[in-house]
Parts: sequence; structure tokens; C-alpha cells
Amino acid sequence: MEESTLRGAKAQSNLGAGAGNIAVLVIEDEAPIRRFLKMTLNDHGYGYKEALNGRDGLSEVAASSPSLVILDLGLPDIDGLEVTRSIRDWSDVPIIVLSARGQEKDKVEALDAGADDYLTKPFGVGELLARIRVAIRRDGRQAAASESSVVQIGAMRLDHVKRQVFFQESEVHLTPIEFKLLCALLKYPDRVLTHNHLLKEVWGQAYQGESHYLRVYMAQLRRKLERDPANPTLLITEPGIGYRLRSS
Amino acid sequence: MNTFERPAPQEFLALLKEEEAQRGRGRLKIFFGFSAGVGKTYAMLNAAAKLKESQDVVIGFVETHGRKETTELLGDLEILPRRRIEYRGTWQEEFDIDLALKRKPSLILVDELAHTNVQGSRHAKRWQDIQELIEAGIDVYTTLNVQHVESLHDLVARITGVLVQERVPDSVIENALEIELIDLPPDELIQRLKEGKVYVAAQALSALENFFRKGNLIALRELALRYTAQHVDMQMMRYRKSHMITTAYPVAERLLVCVSASPLSVRLVRAGKRMADALKARWTVAYVQPSQTFQSLKNSTETGGEEQGRSRLFATLSLAESLGADTVELSGDVARSLTDFARYNNFTKIIIGKSSRPRWQEILNGSVIDEVVRLSGPVDVYVISGDNGEDIEPKPFFASKRSRPGNYFYAVLVVTFTSFVAACLRDHFELSNLVMAYILAVVVVAVNFGRGPSIFASVLSVACFDFFFVPPFLTFAVSDTQYLVTFAVMLVIALVISTLTSRVRMQADWALQKERRTAALYELSRSLSSTINFEDLVKAGLKHIGELFYSQVALVVYDESGTASVIAGVGKGLQIDGGVAVWAYRNKQPAGLGTSTLPGARARYLPLTGFARVVGVLAVEPANSKSFNEPEQLHLLETCAAQMAIACERALLSLENEQNRVIVKSEQLRNSLLSSVSHDLRTPLATIAGAASGIVEGSENLTVEDCRKLAGEIFEQSARLNKLVGNLLDMTRLQDGSIVLHKQLFPVEEVIGSALSAYSRELDGFTIETSIESSLLESCFMVAVDGSLIQQVMINLLENALKYGPDGGLIRVSVFSQSGQAVFAVDDQGPGVPNEIRKNIFDKFYRGQSSACEGSGKKMAQGAGLGLSICAAIIEAHGGQIWVEDSALGGASFRFSLPVFQSDLSLNS
Repeated sequence: MEESTLRGAKAQSNLGAGAGNIAVLVIEDEAPIRRFLKMTLNDHGYGYKEALNGRDGLSEVAASSPSLVILDLGLPDIDGLEVTRSIRDWSDVPIIVLSARGQEKDKVEALDAGADDYLTKPFGVGELLARIRVAIRRDGRQAAASESSVVQIGAMRLDHVKRQVFFQESEVHLTPIEFKLLCALLKYPDRVLTHNHLLKEVWGQAYQGESHYLRVYMAQLRRKLERDPANPTLLITEPGIGYRLRSS
Repeated sequence: MNTFERPAPQEFLALLKEEEAQRGRGRLKIFFGFSAGVGKTYAMLNAAAKLKESQDVVIGFVETHGRKETTELLGDLEILPRRRIEYRGTWQEEFDIDLALKRKPSLILVDELAHTNVQGSRHAKRWQDIQELIEAGIDVYTTLNVQHVESLHDLVARITGVLVQERVPDSVIENALEIELIDLPPDELIQRLKEGKVYVAAQALSALENFFRKGNLIALRELALRYTAQHVDMQMMRYRKSHMITTAYPVAERLLVCVSASPLSVRLVRAGKRMADALKARWTVAYVQPSQTFQSLKNSTETGGEEQGRSRLFATLSLAESLGADTVELSGDVARSLTDFARYNNFTKIIIGKSSRPRWQEILNGSVIDEVVRLSGPVDVYVISGDNGEDIEPKPFFASKRSRPGNYFYAVLVVTFTSFVAACLRDHFELSNLVMAYILAVVVVAVNFGRGPSIFASVLSVACFDFFFVPPFLTFAVSDTQYLVTFAVMLVIALVISTLTSRVRMQADWALQKERRTAALYELSRSLSSTINFEDLVKAGLKHIGELFYSQVALVVYDESGTASVIAGVGKGLQIDGGVAVWAYRNKQPAGLGTSTLPGARARYLPLTGFARVVGVLAVEPANSKSFNEPEQLHLLETCAAQMAIACERALLSLENEQNRVIVKSEQLRNSLLSSVSHDLRTPLATIAGAASGIVEGSENLTVEDCRKLAGEIFEQSARLNKLVGNLLDMTRLQDGSIVLHKQLFPVEEVIGSALSAYSRELDGFTIETSIESSLLESCFMVAVDGSLIQQVMINLLENALKYGPDGGLIRVSVFSQSGQAVFAVDDQGPGVPNEIRKNIFDKFYRGQSSACEGSGKKMAQGAGLGLSICAAIIEAHGGQIWVEDSALGGASFRFSLPVFQSDLSLNS
């Protein structure tokens, strides 16, 4: 116990991750994956708690209010999707879902139900830590984005107050919908936003499922804000799921 | 040389077939006697009683005729209830075949093989019932009297003077496993008869006077004994064949029986059968369609109408076939074509009927028999007597179908008109020229109205000529006796012309009909050979047959489980009577309309029998139910069915071939999958296991750096394993069709972009160049694709470019439009793909040749060779194409095309 905290502290100072006393709850039935997660999380200074099934997971979330939940979608008792919904009923804790390949539909449903991000098994440590960092800083960044009127990412700059967008220091004219779409993406940088989420945000509830609208406008945005629209660096496609605005 | 001592291959084949047929079929035992009352039924019941302990014996139908001993023998044997059928107001009891088939005993007793069933039964004859029982695997005991044997019945009729109508084909008896002769000396039989043991007293007396005369009985007994001996002889032959005990047989005899449309021909056929059996010879029955000679014309007058003659001929030929002969139809001069045929086909004997024509005709026209004898050369000629009054049917008064009474009226009209014209001309012309006018009239009548009217016109012409033009006028009296000669010559000329002309006409009709038949068959075979697809073939065949016979047609096909499926022909379609169809299918015999089996059906059901199996059952329902009464039509229909059967079988065989090929191919694929997968799984697993054990079992000296290196190796190999498993899963899902495409519209650059960003980490160190044709960008062309699958394709192609291209090389990803399609291309600077493997490169488990890999200076490419085949499967599912060509960059350019759509969304809304 002592050793693990010691290592955690060391890792924290080494990596400067600012993990602090962030507790991560892992809801996962596979022991090897739990072991691997425990080792990695402890190594990088995160607190670790675990639950072996959905029911235990739910009561653990209620009992210990973790800072982040890593949830496997394929649990033995309750569907991971159900767990996500139940948590969202009374908690805003960030949730990262783990899924096997070929479960795009489950992933999208989990994200639509309120999960913050996803990881496809197998995944590397780097990927895992990046997602955890994004999920945890969500609240802070959101506040920052709405506070500061000007956002600069790479060669793109957006002025909320003047409703102006610049690319490589020259102003770019955006249509109202393009502007709204960009703002919706900027609201949650680095997080995957599902098609339905973006459609609802920009066009409204009635446009659910009309994802080709989204793709056409996204293509327009890329032509205006990417050096090479065919090899984007800012507006990233997550096939079958949605889009992600990469901030670094 | 002992070539004669071994059965020929075809004999072996026949033997094998026989054994094959015997397996699964029931056995038939016939209790055979020479007369009623010899104790056949008694013997049969006795035999059954002995077996009832060991076997499931049932009495299907036994008539005891009230005889006491027989009735006692019935004992406690199970008796099937009889079927009661109402026929013309009375109730008849019949053997119930359906019940028997349902009960399915191991042995069933059915009396009287020759019995004719009451109308409304399934089969016309009881022997057909019994054959069905045997086919169903049930053993049958039955009884038969000698006078009911088809090939003997006319002999019996000659002995006893009684012609029996109930006859059993010889083939049925020959196929019986056993024949047990029930014999009784005639004196004892007569004694029994007198005692009233056979018939009741009153009947017995009249029977004694007619049929049961001692002379009759002795003759019948001899016939029965001889027939049984023949059967035993045949069994002996079979035994010898199967046990290969062969002594030298004489060179096989072959018999040619020449028949005509004459009603006497059936006797020739039966005689031929007896002779062939006695000689153990193969025999053929030939019919010669005569060419237009005066002589054959005479034949046709003798034998009655053309129409009737043909149907009788057909019946004769059918009888011959049922007695086991081959039949052929020849044409041309009777004697010449017959002898030529006999010589070319190595016949040793010709059987021909004695002519019943008067002597003077033979002198006048020459005799066919003389001609045959003259031309026969080494072939023996047997002449069989043809005088048998009872078989001859009355000649119809109107010989030809065309000789309707109306035609006689026209004949009168023509002659009257001629007389009128002649009357006008009589002042200007000689009388002899007027005769010519009458002869012209006869020709006109002969050409237009047939034989009868033309003969009538000939006589009428002479009469008119006499009445109107020969002095004294307006009487039939003749003043100058010279005119009698004129009349005679005029009549003869008119008659000859009329018969010749009408004959020519009939020949022309016949030729036309033959021509039509040939054309129809040719058409059919052409349409059948134009396709190999079973469904198309059947449709084409049905269409043809339907048109040819003005019928509704359908084909019933049975699968292995016996479930029927109907392929309907053109038209309204017909109501299939499933029961009849199944019967025809199981028994391989035509049934329904116009046959003796279930004739009440509305359609005729013909089994399509190929070489090895029954393909299906052809149902034909003619618009006019009488049209199948014509033998011509029937023959044509059967020929069509045979052609269709062969074509269908060919199609089915090729289908099965194809399936077998696919099975073999998938087997090969499975093997290559197993070897490939086991190799590709084991290699990374070995590395992982090795590296991991290195860490676990490592000594103290193992530095952190070493551990990191080993762990790095594990990480790399597990990524490789992951990729492989992913590919395998994708392939499986793509193949079993469980992947459903979720097509959505994507801008072309997003297809590239999403793959590049997802694969960006692996692409580190390479130069990526993208180019999109500006026209595609400007008008915002979209492709309808499943996003994740297309990303997979792009990533696989990129991975390929990485694998084969030089480190840090250039990879170009581009999109351009080409004939309405968007073409995506991934170009590399690798060694390229040689021409000869471009086709195979998208096959499963195909791997680039190692030489190509060495050329790139990289180690052997890894992966199970699934990447490109997955790409191909996905692109094909999207309706696109994938291929590889040389790249401008020097390496390979993998390309795929997808249909494009222009976005209809207004972008500035």
C-alpha cells in the first residue's frame, strides 16, 4: 500500500500528469485486463478501485464517488449500456467505455447515453492515459472555452464575441451552420462527439439520423480550416461514430 | 480363344442392374397352372400357412370360389378388407392396393394375376397393382393360368377356341423370382369338376362340354409345362451367367420380325417372341413405311383406313416393346430396306407374315415375300401364316378421314359440272376428247377429296358419259359395242389415276407431318441445348412442348426428401394432381390421362427418365383431352419428354459437378487457411512466449533496459496478432454475409482523411501525399459507403504500401473521377506487382512472392495474406471494383472504384 502510493507520487512528479488523488473505478470482468489497468493506473499516480460486474460497479460508483469510471461494455450481468444510463441518472462522473472491435453500434449508443469517450480493445497505455486526461479535464476546459472569447488551435483562431474565424491569420467566411458546428466541436475538444450529438446541437432534435448533412458541412469546414482536407489534423473522423476536434 | 465362354460386358451390366433392381424390391412368386381348378389357390395358401410363423403374412385378395378345403386353409391369416367400388349400379369388390401399401406386410397373397380391375381403380390391371407392391419391397404370392400369358394366348385360343381378354405381359412373369407349376392330370381335374369341386354343378356341365374337354386340357397342360420349363431354363441361364459357368454358345442369333399395319401383325409379334425365347435370341420388330408404290397402296386398302392402320401399327409396336423387342421404323421399298437393315445389323433370321392377298394380285404386283427371299442372302427367312379370321377387324366403310359424305357430294358436283361443259362442247369435239374431260374431273376429285369420292367420281363419270353422250342418248343402253371397251378403259384409267393421286396426296401429308415432327424436335433440342442452367432449360422445354401440343405443361421436381416443387410452363398453369405425379415418379411410368393408371386425371404425367435417375415428372394437360388418343401425337410427346429428360439430367449433372468443384475448392481453401493461420498465429505467439519467459525467468543480471526491449517485442507481436485475428474475423463475417452494409454518403476526401488519421501513427516516417481531383471537390461528390468498412480498405492498402515500399518513401493517396466513378488510388515506391500475379493477388492467402519482398530490401512481409482479399470483398459488396496497376511512382498502384453521387444539399442554407 505504502509502496504503491510512493510509486504513484514518483510517477506524478515524473510525468507531471497532475493526477493528484484522482480515483478511477474500473468495472471489468476480465481479471488480466483489470490487473493491467491497475498496474498502469497506479504507475501513473491514479487511485484504483475495481468492480467485477455491473451491479457491484453501480453501488461502487454510489458509495465511493470516483473521479472517473472505466466501464467494459460486455459485462456478465447488466449490459454496459444500462450501467451507463443508470450512472447518468444521478451522476456526471466521466465515463470511458471499453469495447471489443466490431461493436460500433454499442459504442455509439453508450456515447449517446452519456459516456464521454471510448477505447477499443486492445489498446496501449499511451492511448488510455490520453483519454483519461481528456475526460478528467473536461469540466475545466469547458469552463475555459466559454470564459475566454478567443480560442486558438493550431493555425485556426475563433473569436466568439466577434463571431470571426481566422485560418493562418486571414479571416475565413463561415456560414451560420458551419460556425455553429465548429462551436459545437470546440465545446468538447479532443472528445469524440457522435453524429447524433452534433446534429442535435447544430440542427436540432428533428435531424437525428441525417448524418450526411453533417458530413457535407464537415467537408466544407475542412476545406476552409485544413491545409490538406484529405489528411486532416484538426477535424478528425471517427468512422461510424462521429467526429473529434484535435486540439494538439 | 475362348471369347465365347465369358459373358459379354453388357451382359454383366445387365446382370448388375438386375441385382441392383432386385435389392429393395419385393419378390414375386407365381403359382402357375394350366386351368382353373388345378389347385393354385390351395397351393398358395398352403405355402403361406407354412410361412406365417416366421413372416408377416397377409391375404390381400383371395377368391375361394366357395371351395371347402381352400376356405379352411384361410385359417387365422390376416385378411385385408376389400375395396368396394360402385360400377354401373352394382358394387364390386376389388383388391385395395393403398391399404396393402400402408399395411406393408412382408408377404402378401393376391389371387389372379391376370384380373382386370373395375373402372375407377388405380390401375387397369391387377398385375400393375402387384408390380407396385413389389416396387414397394413387399413379397407377393399370386396365381396365373396359362391362357393369360400374353405370348401364349393366341395359341390357347387356337386350341380351345376361346379368346381371353385378360392377358399378362411376359416381362412380368419373367421377372418373377419363382414359378411353381401346379399340376394335375386331366382325368383327375375332370373328376373334380364332375364332383362339383370346381364349379357348381350346372356350370360344371357346360364347362365340361366347352373348355374342359380332355383334348383341350392335355394341350393346355403341355403348354404350361413347356412354359414353365422355359422359365426354369432362363433361371438356369441367369445362374450360369452370375456364376460364370459358361459353355460356348453359338454365335448369338438375332431375329427381325417384319410387321405392317395389318391386324395380323400382332400374331407375328407373338410368334417372334416365342421363337426368340426358344433361340435365346435378341429380337427386333421392324415396320417399313412404304414408298409410294402401287403395291403398298394395295396394302393400305386391305388394312383399312390410314388413320386406323397407324393406330393399330402403334399398338403392335407397343406390344412388341412390352414383350421385350426393340422396335425400328424403316422407310422405302419394303423388301429392300428390310433385307438391307437385316444384313447391316447382323440379323440371322427374318420373320415375315404370309400374304393373304389373292394369287392373281401377287402375279400382277410381285410378292414382298419373294422379293425378301431373293434379297435376303445369308439371312434365313421364316414365313408365318397369317390366316386367322378372329383377329381381323371389320373394314371401315369410309376408309379415310377425309372421305366425309360431303366430299361425295362435291364429287357429284364436279362430275355434273363436267357433264355440263362436255354438253356445251359436244358439237365441236370428238367423243374421245370428252372422255379426257371426265378423266380430268376424276383427277380434280382425287386431289381435293380423297380416295373414296374419286372412285365414286370414276364410276359416275362413266355412267354420265354413257347416259349423255353415247348414242342412244339419255339411256344407259349402248348401241355400238365398241363403247363398252371405251367404258372399261375409261373406268380403269380413272380408278388408277384416282388411287395414285390420292396416294401421292397421302404421302405428301405424311411427309409433311414427319417434317413437322422433325422440325419440332429439332427446335426443341436446339432450345434445350442453348442453355445449361436447369431453370432456364426447363422453362424453354416447357414452353416448347406447351406450344407443340396446345397444352398446359408443368414440371414437378422432387428433392431428396421427396418434397415436390412445381416449375410451371407458360400460360395459366395447370392443377397438378400430386398423387398421380408421385406415382409416375416412383414407378417410372406414365400415368394419368390416356394411360391405364389413374386415367381419370386431367393431365398426362410422364416421368422424365434420364440415364441414371428420374429427373422429374412432366405434366401435360391438352386443351382437347382427346388429342392424346392419336398415337402420332403420343409418340412425339414421348420423344420430346425423352429429350427433355436427357437435357435436364445433363443440366443437373453439370450443376452437381459445379457443386463438387466448389466443395473441393473450399476444402483446398480450408487447408490453406489452416496452414496459413497456424503459421501466422504461432510465429508471434512464439516471440511473445519467448520474450515473456525471458523476463519471468530472467536472472538478476537482466537490466531494466533489457526488460523494456523484451516487453517492446511482446507489444509489437501482440499488435501483429491483433491485426491477424481482426482480419480473420472480418473475413469470416464478410464471407458468411453477416455483415450488413450501413451505407451512408461520404465526401470523397473524408474517405481518405479518416483512414489517414486513424493510421497516422504507423505512417510516421513516410511521406504522405494526397491529391483530389478538383472537379470532385468543387461539386462535392459523395460516395455511398459503409464508413468503417471503407476505412478498413484504405488502411489495408496503406499497410500494404508500408510493407512493400522503402522506409521513408513516398506514398500517394489520390482520388479522381473516371467514367462516372470515383477511383481511389494508393501508390507506393515498392517493387510493384508483376503482371502474372495481378489476378491472384486478391485471392485469399495469396502472398506476394518472396523475391518481390527481397527486392524491396525488407524482410519477408508478414500477415496471413488476407488484407487484400478483405479489400476485394468489401469493394465488391459496395458494387465497385478493385485492381492493381503500375504506379507513376515506380511501385504498385492499388486502385478501387466506387459509384459517385452529387450531393443535392444546398450548402448555404
